Amino acid sequence: MPTAVELAQWGIDPTWSRTIAVVDATGVARQWHLLECGPTDPIATIVCVHGNPTWSYLWRSVLQRLGDRYRVVAVDQLGMGFSERTAPRDFAARVADLTAVFAALRIEGPVVTVGHDWGGPISLGWALAAGDRLAGVVLCNTGVAVPAGRRAPWLIRLAATGPVTDLVGRRTRAFVEGTLAFSRRRLDGPARAALRAPYRGAHDRPAIAEFVADVPFGPSHPSAAAVSAVAEGLRSLRTPALVLWGALDPVFGDDFAHDLASRIPHADVHRFSGAGHLSPAEHGSADVAGVIDAWLTDHVGRSAGDLAPLTHTASCTPIWAALAARAHDTTVAYADGRTGETVSFAELHERVTGIARGLAEQGVMPGDRVALLVPPSADLLAAVYGCWRAGAVTVIADRGLGVRGLGRAVRAARVDWVIGPARALAAARALRWAPGARFIAVGRAGSTAAETTLEALSRSQGAMPIEPDSSAPAAVLYTSGATGPAKGVRYRHGQLAAQRDALARTYAITSDDRLVAAFAPFALYGPALGITSTIPAVDVTHPGSLTANALAEAVEAVDASIVFASPAALANVVRTAPLTADSRLAHVRLVLSAGAPVPIATLRATAALCPSAEVHTPYGMTECLPVADIDLAALETVVACAAARGVCVGVPVAGSTVIVAPLGFDAQQPLLGEVVGVTGEVLVRAAWMSDGYDQIWRTQRDARPVDSEGLIWHRSGDVGHLDIDGRLWIEGRSVHVIHTDLGAVTPVPVEVAVEKYGGVVRSAAIGVGPVGCQQLVVVVEDPDSDDGLADATLTANLREIVARETGSRVAAVLRVCALPVDIRHNTKIDRTALATWGARVLAGDRARRPR
Amino acid sequence: MRVLVTGGSSLLARRTAEQLLARGDDITLLQRHAVAFDVAQVLGDVRDKAVVDRAVGSCDAVIHCAAKVGVVGSWSEYRSINVGGTENVVDAARRHGISRVVHVSTPSVAHEGTALVGVGATAAATGRRGAFYAESKALAEQLVCAVNSEVLPIVTIRPHLVWGPGDTQLVGRIVERARAGRLALVGDGCALIDSTYIDNAASALVAALDAAVPGARCNGRAYVIANGEPRPVAELIAGICHAAGVDVAPRHVPRPIALAVGSVIERAWAMLHIGAEPPLTRFLAEQLGTAHWFDPRPARDDLGWVPTVSVDDGLIELAAWFDSRSGRRST
Repeated sequence: MPTAVELAQWGIDPTWSRTIAVVDATGVARQWHLLECGPTDPIATIVCVHGNPTWSYLWRSVLQRLGDRYRVVAVDQLGMGFSERTAPRDFAARVADLTAVFAALRIEGPVVTVGHDWGGPISLGWALAAGDRLAGVVLCNTGVAVPAGRRAPWLIRLAATGPVTDLVGRRTRAFVEGTLAFSRRRLDGPARAALRAPYRGAHDRPAIAEFVADVPFGPSHPSAAAVSAVAEGLRSLRTPALVLWGALDPVFGDDFAHDLASRIPHADVHRFSGAGHLSPAEHGSADVAGVIDAWLTDHVGRSAGDLAPLTHTASCTPIWAALAARAHDTTVAYADGRTGETVSFAELHERVTGIARGLAEQGVMPGDRVALLVPPSADLLAAVYGCWRAGAVTVIADRGLGVRGLGRAVRAARVDWVIGPARALAAARALRWAPGARFIAVGRAGSTAAETTLEALSRSQGAMPIEPDSSAPAAVLYTSGATGPAKGVRYRHGQLAAQRDALARTYAITSDDRLVAAFAPFALYGPALGITSTIPAVDVTHPGSLTANALAEAVEAVDASIVFASPAALANVVRTAPLTADSRLAHVRLVLSAGAPVPIATLRATAALCPSAEVHTPYGMTECLPVADIDLAALETVVACAAARGVCVGVPVAGSTVIVAPLGFDAQQPLLGEVVGVTGEVLVRAAWMSDGYDQIWRTQRDARPVDSEGLIWHRSGDVGHLDIDGRLWIEGRSVHVIHTDLGAVTPVPVEVAVEKYGGVVRSAAIGVGPVGCQQLVVVVEDPDSDDGLADATLTANLREIVARETGSRVAAVLRVCALPVDIRHNTKIDRTALATWGARVLAGDRARRPR
Repeated sequence: MRVLVTGGSSLLARRTAEQLLARGDDITLLQRHAVAFDVAQVLGDVRDKAVVDRAVGSCDAVIHCAAKVGVVGSWSEYRSINVGGTENVVDAARRHGISRVVHVSTPSVAHEGTALVGVGATAAATGRRGAFYAESKALAEQLVCAVNSEVLPIVTIRPHLVWGPGDTQLVGRIVERARAGRLALVGDGCALIDSTYIDNAASALVAALDAAVPGARCNGRAYVIANGEPRPVAELIAGICHAAGVDVAPRHVPRPIALAVGSVIERAWAMLHIGAEPPLTRFLAEQLGTAHWFDPRPARDDLGWVPTVSVDDGLIELAAWFDSRSGRRST
């Protein structure tokens, strides 16, 4: 038994630890060790069941965090931790043991079970028989069955191979040390010491080997029937369920989470992208206790039926309707400026319907997720609309996330199918982006991994699948990842259709328009809007390399009336533009630029280049676009206004609503808007707002507060204010707000002031020091300088201009030759990386360039 | 109120006394030699119990500035003046039923070597080797903290890098070296350093005196005082040199070298019994090579004190002072 001193060193309150004797099914009294805490009148009981080779210590943070309101009980399974060493016990015996110990502990409803590793199925064995008492089920990095299409984890298979089992499990510390090694960097010293403590000698460890031997790999295994009964029983679970997952688990990969989620479709899933197998103990990487706490607050005491109903949008024209309307039109639907490839509306429509039939014939079910690793092209358009028509959910992760980000995104989305060129499929297979998924090749079937090709699908004569309705899931898109890992954003058909309608309405788009999408993903809107689209000859991963000539060529090729370009692309167009007007751009009626704030000088130069065009900058985000809009003419009137603070993004477009909530408001309290002029966090709402985030339940909960009328809002993460005329001004991202001792300073107004100073083109305002007494630091971009302190004159002048324009005090001015920016837009400044660098430089450490 | 200010020959004591006088308090100064200031003066050493007792006995409150600073001297000297002197002051204060004491200390009692970024005033720590000044001031702080009580509130103020017209410790040394063309910056001069303009340091002592009423939150606590305007050290030094009318083109010495050189010089100075302060000390190398700035909120919340002279205004004052001096010299 651990001493009180040891327990205290491991972060366990010694009073939580005790031993009780419980008579097992064979009539023998067994000594159980357990940790327990709780108030006299708990809301509910939480029972925690560990797996192999851990013990109740694993749940330390759950006891600490929830013990003030819930009775939390974490038992050491027999033979494990500090419980009695017994003869081997199989799965059924362990479920019976749990039943006996819970009865002895007088565990009465409501009860929430929490299980990790093989504690998952064992806890479920008890939970599924618990009846009305069961209030919820939480599962962490566990599995109830080997997911279809893959084999059991090779590590476990290896460990379960005859003599190896005894060697690694009992005779040596290999199994214990191996488990810890996988999470080593994420476990603190006390956690490692505590997890090792009960398994020091071979006589402590027989149950580790027995546990491994009890994993049923085949139907003939003695425990196979009992485990499979749990796996099937899970399908009838009606209580709320939460699946928490460390994504870096070499044993229980994401496909196990996918398998669990498919058995419990109503389960909430939260994936910790930086945590591994021992997620409950990896406190720095996974806040398991915090998520459980938030989730219990929302769910405990309710049945799954009481959950808030999903919001449905009114039925509307399907996303492919405009394309179908031009089914016999032989004019160009899509032209590729890089390859010269063109496809007509009639051809595209035929390919889309063919692919929809082919997908259904291939076995793609409505709701199946399809990763599209296809670069922007006619193939991508055909595949996307084909998937939508077939009711499949497109997972569209663009190259703008970088290869690692792309892999992380696809893996997190747990796709059933992957469509891509042979090279992409090979990479997806080699890097295990989509275990168990089936592959469809684009182009020649060079990949042996692919079952078929997109080309073959499009010739399918099979039955047309049923149309998905407006509430059916349609797509998972990705945020740019400029602030942390890219987040998956879920859309339903009705939301995509509403977005299409909002764009058409806001910009008066008719079938006579033709679009140049210099930000390639925007070309996907072409078929939905029923307009011709093209992408210019530019590397899609470097939109900022678009030249004026390449743009003019693309415009000329389709006689375009609309251009959509990222701010970086537009800036380069302006830079490379000829001195005289280019007649090829004379007929453009509308230029749109979004993704990041666009400098007004760029907009003015663009207007000069396209004399007939209105230049608009829509404001919005991956989760809701468009939110607001402003054109150059309106912008010219507001920049002259003396009270300007931040960047004006215009008035909300018809159908969208914006409110500004106090900085740092509590998302769990009813939402209240700030008064005009006060800076706060920007929240938006529209029919085309996305459904929510994918597999990150906690993030979604924090991002979607509800107001007093029950309406759900999207928290944009931007800070800003509304002016008296209803215009929205953006002042930065909430994570980039600088919290000084005199209050919050938003970065954009400071940058706007700094960029008024001659010679400063781009700058970033960052905070160094602890929140609450941070110092404001300005970083200016100067391609010709070394990184480090700005000279005395620049410093004095910027300090003065910032004080005059914003009232804020600048501690220091730094220079870098290039500000760190995101890949997708080449525009969003990574102020977090910059602040880390700035803090080091200003602490007196050597300056190394921020990336 | 009758206020005793010890260490009356120092710039800080002088400026504090002026501020108190200006608002109508009666002032007594205690120092070894008479100063040209028209207030009551008790002449003597803070190590002399009888002198201290006589000075304290005539007052209602004490601001205890007297201390041995710098790096030159033996441990027994530092201990007897900084610890023993403080003990004499608080003992006398207790005996005479004095209403409150403000004890002047230094941020270096709590920190050593590492960058300080927006930190508060943590407890004084002892056990340093070699750093006689910081060690003796830390012991003194622990002493006053133990003596603080309901009947004798004691507030400790730790002003950080005080400078201004007439300052010989920081301004004097920087300007002298710059004039000699021997000014060196530790590291690349980027470290953010907060500092305290002399008038602000004085007004903080006055604010602490006023705040230390029985039951006040500040009693028995220590507060770091600074302008709350951290600046890159290169900029601060350039500003001071500019005010003095000296062109500055400092050399850059890497921090590890500066620390090593500072240590060697300090030890050599001690061994050679050189009476003057050495050109570079390890303490100064640390102070000027890593960030040193503090959380201004505790002093603002508990003492109701905010600085009134900004760094830029202070530099203008400093420049005016240098101008007036050179003007006087030329005539």
